[in-house]
Amino acid sequence: MQTTFPQLLLAHATQRPTAPAMREKEYGIWQTISWQDMATMVTHMACGLHQAGLKRGEHMIVVGSNRPRLYATMLAAQSLGAIPVPLYQDAVAAECVFPMTNAEVRLCVVEDQEQVDKMLEVRETYTALAHIYYDDPRGLRKYDEPGLGSVDELLAAGAVFAKQHPNFFKEQVDMGKQDDVAAMFFTSGTTGNPKGVVHTHSTLIDRAQAGAEFDHLTSNEDVLAYLPPAWIGQNIFSYAQWLVAGYVVNCPESAATVTIDLKEIGPTYYFAPPRVFEGMLTSVSIRMEDASSLKRNMYKYFMRLAKKVGPKRMDGESIGLFNSLMYGLGNLLVYGPLRNNLGFSRVRVAYTAGEAIGPDLFTFYRSIGVNLKQLYGSTETAVFVCLQPDNQARADTVGVPCRGVEIKVADNGEILVKSPGLLKGYYKNPEATAEVLTADGWYHTSDAGFLDSHGHLKIIDRVKDVGRIKGGSNDGAMFAPKYVENKLKFFPHIKEVVAYGDQREKVCVMINIDFDAVGNWAERRNLPYAGYTDLAQKPEVYELIKECVEQVNADLAEDELLAGSQVSRYLVLHKELDADDGELTRTNKVRRGFIAEKYQPLVDALYGGLTTQFIETVVKFEDGRTGSVSATLQISDAKTFAPVKAAA
Amino acid sequence: MTKHIGDVILDVQNISLRFGGVKALTDISFNVQEHEIRAIIGPNGAGKSSMLNCINGVYTPQEGSITFRGQTFDHMNSRQVAEMGVARTFQNLALFKGMSVIDNIMTGRNLRMKSNLLMQALRIGPAENEEIKHRERVEEIIDFLEIQAYRKTPVGQLPYGLQKRVDLGRALAMEPQVLLLDEPMAGMNVEEKQDMCRFILDVNDEFGCTIVLIEHDMGVVMDISDRVVVLDYGKKIGDGTPEEVRNNEEVISAYLGTSH
Repeated sequence: MQTTFPQLLLAHATQRPTAPAMREKEYGIWQTISWQDMATMVTHMACGLHQAGLKRGEHMIVVGSNRPRLYATMLAAQSLGAIPVPLYQDAVAAECVFPMTNAEVRLCVVEDQEQVDKMLEVRETYTALAHIYYDDPRGLRKYDEPGLGSVDELLAAGAVFAKQHPNFFKEQVDMGKQDDVAAMFFTSGTTGNPKGVVHTHSTLIDRAQAGAEFDHLTSNEDVLAYLPPAWIGQNIFSYAQWLVAGYVVNCPESAATVTIDLKEIGPTYYFAPPRVFEGMLTSVSIRMEDASSLKRNMYKYFMRLAKKVGPKRMDGESIGLFNSLMYGLGNLLVYGPLRNNLGFSRVRVAYTAGEAIGPDLFTFYRSIGVNLKQLYGSTETAVFVCLQPDNQARADTVGVPCRGVEIKVADNGEILVKSPGLLKGYYKNPEATAEVLTADGWYHTSDAGFLDSHGHLKIIDRVKDVGRIKGGSNDGAMFAPKYVENKLKFFPHIKEVVAYGDQREKVCVMINIDFDAVGNWAERRNLPYAGYTDLAQKPEVYELIKECVEQVNADLAEDELLAGSQVSRYLVLHKELDADDGELTRTNKVRRGFIAEKYQPLVDALYGGLTTQFIETVVKFEDGRTGSVSATLQISDAKTFAPVKAAA
Repeated sequence: MTKHIGDVILDVQNISLRFGGVKALTDISFNVQEHEIRAIIGPNGAGKSSMLNCINGVYTPQEGSITFRGQTFDHMNSRQVAEMGVARTFQNLALFKGMSVIDNIMTGRNLRMKSNLLMQALRIGPAENEEIKHRERVEEIIDFLEIQAYRKTPVGQLPYGLQKRVDLGRALAMEPQVLLLDEPMAGMNVEEKQDMCRFILDVNDEFGCTIVLIEHDMGVVMDISDRVVVLDYGKKIGDGTPEEVRNNEEVISAYLGTSH
């Protein structure tokens, strides 16, 4: 199909002008924006941006949460043939300088005062930033910096221009071609500067369609847009697929109201990284523990039943008459109300991706009747590479290749992908492009994995992270750090884990406890604590974590390939790993190398056989100030198991 | 970034207040100009809250007069004060704990509703339309104070800092010209204080409210107020800009003590 995003918008506006395109909760009420309203807004916005001097082929920045006017801005930029570059709203000014310099941005549209302040800070180093427009004028009345203006003014000026030049917008949209660059996404990158991933209209639209076909998405879907629009996942779900399928995107009132808004909207198509699902389950578990004994027992009984038969039922297998009846009763008493409480009453398709999901967590949602599935993809592949069919969802695989995708496993175990949705390249970075996109058309994912006997893709770790144990009793054994970390993270009491072991004789881990879960656990045991650091170092907490570590070791022992990755020593960190301190990426992945350098004394102590180690760490607060946290950490040993040979 | 400070809106002249033999306030005079943030400070028991209560009409001073927008009174009546556009918040939160955030803020609109109790209870006549209109204003305040997530939460369940915000919201719902804040930051942590400061500055700036506040946190007072009155044992010992007050000998000795 020869088309661009603005052309899709105009098609919707012509064919179904009054149908809702977006809803935004404002003043406590969901305000609907029809496709016609949307098209008008985009027209005015485009005319306004044109007058502000936005040129064809030029990049512009969009920063903010999911707001209809910011989505309209992206469409307006694309209408003019310009390229919107969404940035993460929680990135600090210093992180924005590189992308903006790299893309030679002169113009940006941002959400509110917080973002304006950030852009003004960016402008101190990157002086070429000429125009800053803001959506929400709150607190900005007294700003008189040059080049600062409101989106309202921009729209008003655009409306006047559109009236004088009634054909301008349509002509501009018609000039757009499907192979034009549509958007650029900066990948957070675990090392070095971020890279701008360039996508055309055709790559994004093709993948959006492939995903929509796979799950039979229609214009009747409701989606809640609550993840950062700078992340390609959210962009696909609430922008590309929105325009392709023509469904309704709902923008929550604020980050704090997402759970309330989710309940009110009851989306039919839902996407969240595993941590969000995990957070929901944690809050359910905590609340159930506080419930009356009747409710608690009912919940326990029916959850046991659900765990046994729920997943089978979802996969369309027969579960017998008695179980069917009991499940029906459970649905009435527990599962239904629970789904409703989570906002999943109407969910037809729910996806999770980005990180491995724990089997218990995955099963929980499927067993209560939420069609939770996994998918595999990245910014470079415009998300959709593999998807799980409705009745074949597994916790440890990521699905089958979807339409147009070819998959090949290289000799070193790396997964190679060929798809119509592959990136055009990294912006101004041909070396990096050549590294991942070889001349024969294969994209190198840098993920290690394999296709299992059912044709489902299974991911183990990043290729470069898969290491070898050196020396000791497990010499030469394979070490997959992320695999170990994820296994540990699946325990509700553990929030984050960093594992070391490559080129060393044993595996050691540093653990972050989950403050909510462990705090609650401690309160139930009348265990007093003064705060995070204190709680983390309690001997009882170490015992709790030890059980988790040894459970993982027992599991790993059963896997011949990874038995050598068992954890010998561990410690619990005194502070939460944080993206603001550079320990996590903006998408919350651990930066192993950076952490090893920053906590060098701890790593040395782990391998040096010490039982305690003092550490002082500088922390960065949200407002940019710094402070320091210090503590003497305990280091503990864990039991490892002899590899279990698979029975013949 | 300069703001426009107007004429005197509230003028307090020679106020004295006694409870039996206890002199709470003795001959206090000061004025408040339109659009300014005026702080009243002083050690415990200095008479700060009593001063607000006189302005507010809760206490009737034995001597002195209060002039509000050119009208002079020898004592104020709380309802009359509210109708003239003076709202206040309380040191010890006087919210309806069992009611939701929305309902609490709605009570601040009560004075502006024309329908009577019966009409409101039965939702007849203009009552429903009126409620919708007022609810709109309440929603704007909720948006302004960023408490959207707690709209329907009973106030008693909210943390203290948020309850303070609701208290401010209720006062704002009256669309006051003058806002009296009695220790808006008492008992808050640093972050909550920063938020509250921002709200106070925004109220002053965006709603054009004149603000009279009592506060103990000197950092806050010196940062946000335009002029400061200092009371000690019911007497005025200082009045001026934060800078002037900071260098006032009497104020320093009242706060830090002197060697006798």
